[in-house]
Amino acid sequence: MISEQVARKTSLWELLRRRPGLQALVLLLPSLFWLIVFFAFPLLIVLVYSFLRRGPYGQIVWDFNLENYGRFLDPLYLKIFLRSFKIATLTTVFCFLFGYPMAYWMATRPRRWRNALLLLLMIPFWTNFLVRTYAWILILRDTGLINNVLMSVGLIRQPLPLFGNDFAIIVGLVYGWFPDMVLPCYAAIERLDFSLVEAAQDLYANELRAFARIIFPLSLPGVIAGSILVFIPSLGAYVTPDLLGGAKSVMIGNIIQNQFLTVRDYPFGSAISFALMTLMLIAALVYFRVGGRTL
Amino acid sequence: MSARAAGAPSLQGVARCGSRLGRIMRLMFTANGLMSYLFLYAPILVLVIFSFNASRFVTDWAGFSLRWYAKLFDDAAMMAALKNSLIVAFASTLVSTLFGTMTALAMERYEFFGKLGLDALLYLPIIIPEISMAVMLLLFFILARIPLGITTIIISHIAFNISFVTVVVRARLAGMDRQLEEAAQDLYANELKTFWRVTLPLMMPGILAGALMAFTLSLDDFVITFFTAGVGSTTLPLRIYSMVKLGITPEINAVSTVLIAASMTLVLFSLLLQRERRTEKVRNI
Repeated sequence: MISEQVARKTSLWELLRRRPGLQALVLLLPSLFWLIVFFAFPLLIVLVYSFLRRGPYGQIVWDFNLENYGRFLDPLYLKIFLRSFKIATLTTVFCFLFGYPMAYWMATRPRRWRNALLLLLMIPFWTNFLVRTYAWILILRDTGLINNVLMSVGLIRQPLPLFGNDFAIIVGLVYGWFPDMVLPCYAAIERLDFSLVEAAQDLYANELRAFARIIFPLSLPGVIAGSILVFIPSLGAYVTPDLLGGAKSVMIGNIIQNQFLTVRDYPFGSAISFALMTLMLIAALVYFRVGGRTL
Repeated sequence: MSARAAGAPSLQGVARCGSRLGRIMRLMFTANGLMSYLFLYAPILVLVIFSFNASRFVTDWAGFSLRWYAKLFDDAAMMAALKNSLIVAFASTLVSTLFGTMTALAMERYEFFGKLGLDALLYLPIIIPEISMAVMLLLFFILARIPLGITTIIISHIAFNISFVTVVVRARLAGMDRQLEEAAQDLYANELKTFWRVTLPLMMPGILAGALMAFTLSLDDFVITFFTAGVGSTTLPLRIYSMVKLGITPEINAVSTVLIAASMTLVLFSLLLQRERRTEKVRNI
């Protein structure tokens, strides 16, 4: 009996040993199960739901149509989509304007400093996003730090409108995704061959010209990768507009939340969510194309 | 010159020219760099400083005090949220680290059909917007009639953490020297023994880094938790959010400071563990 069990066990082990394909399957099974049931399947549900319709009593009506996607053109939603694109674009531009010189500066420090500078950049990035966004309320609101200081100094009489608008959202988003711009730019600049710059200078190009003609064009893949990494999460932002934008400044993420938790129009919410995901996927493909993965 | 001898592509060339334009440019780069660090750290400093404020008015300084920290411990709802947060973080880290490590091994050491597709499936939870992942899980739980609560939060956290752990552990595996494993087999260790005695110990820093990252992501997650939580399963970020919505209090600053300190410590450890080989790619996601 016992020897039979041992024999069976050994043969099972032998089988596993001889067949690498089986080993890989055993290793993958748990994750595969989890990702299919709790990720791929929900994704499919959202896709199917986006073509359905909500009935008058909140029930789901099974007639396939493109109505939900047509509703994107409703001026009410169109306005919010356009605002989201505007905010995400401005966020990307500001991240670039400050992030690229930052990356250049970091990449041109002595080697022994660079890792410390990178670490210093990463640390805030990995701390709680909600909490860091909340901190901006303390700084920007009417009775916040900036307005308090400016008013007590006597520079202004009325608090500046820094909070509860697009400006506050952009500040919060730039703050949140700044390292995502700096890191790819840094990686692109750091691997540049700086002897090219010296060659240009030997040929009497001044610093500005050497920078504009050599360094910047060569680091462009990093800039593109960084822009995608900033634009994507900015467009899909939810916490930042919710906390800093107030009732007036709403973005795509807030409509999705509204459809699911307040209006309970799951099909329409699914359609917006799916459209957002598709945009992200296209951007991600571009990112990998540009070589973002190796950066 | 010594920096160049070390192979550092620095601005030595520009410095040599030392024209006025070059000096101004370097000054502006430095100023921008320092200002950027200030921008990154100022909000955190503001939070930390005002968490020690004696005043009940958040941004009026009235002397040093620990009263808001003391108040945290008396706040039953806050302590319940802390407990929930820790349960979720530990459970999701345990499962996702195990699953993620197994996946990393399969992806890095085996060739099989559909590998590219699986790679895409693994990257998706990292790429798609949090809000999209949150609502699709919510819809799934509603349709599957799984009551929202701590279980659904844990399920969801595992779903995004598997990908992060896999990425981190894979990076470690890819950088590992396979000669040691070959040496072990040359010395007649069988596959299992080689794995336990050589491969696994070598993978350990990667696994630990992945686990720490998963723990931090779980502890800090707000959006996905917000949509998959039910009554009585409030975590710390959810508690902070509902407090912020009701009005700013110094107590929020105190709990925020605790959370920031916790994730900074965890992440620092995780990054140091990953650093060993990949200093140039601190965040390779």
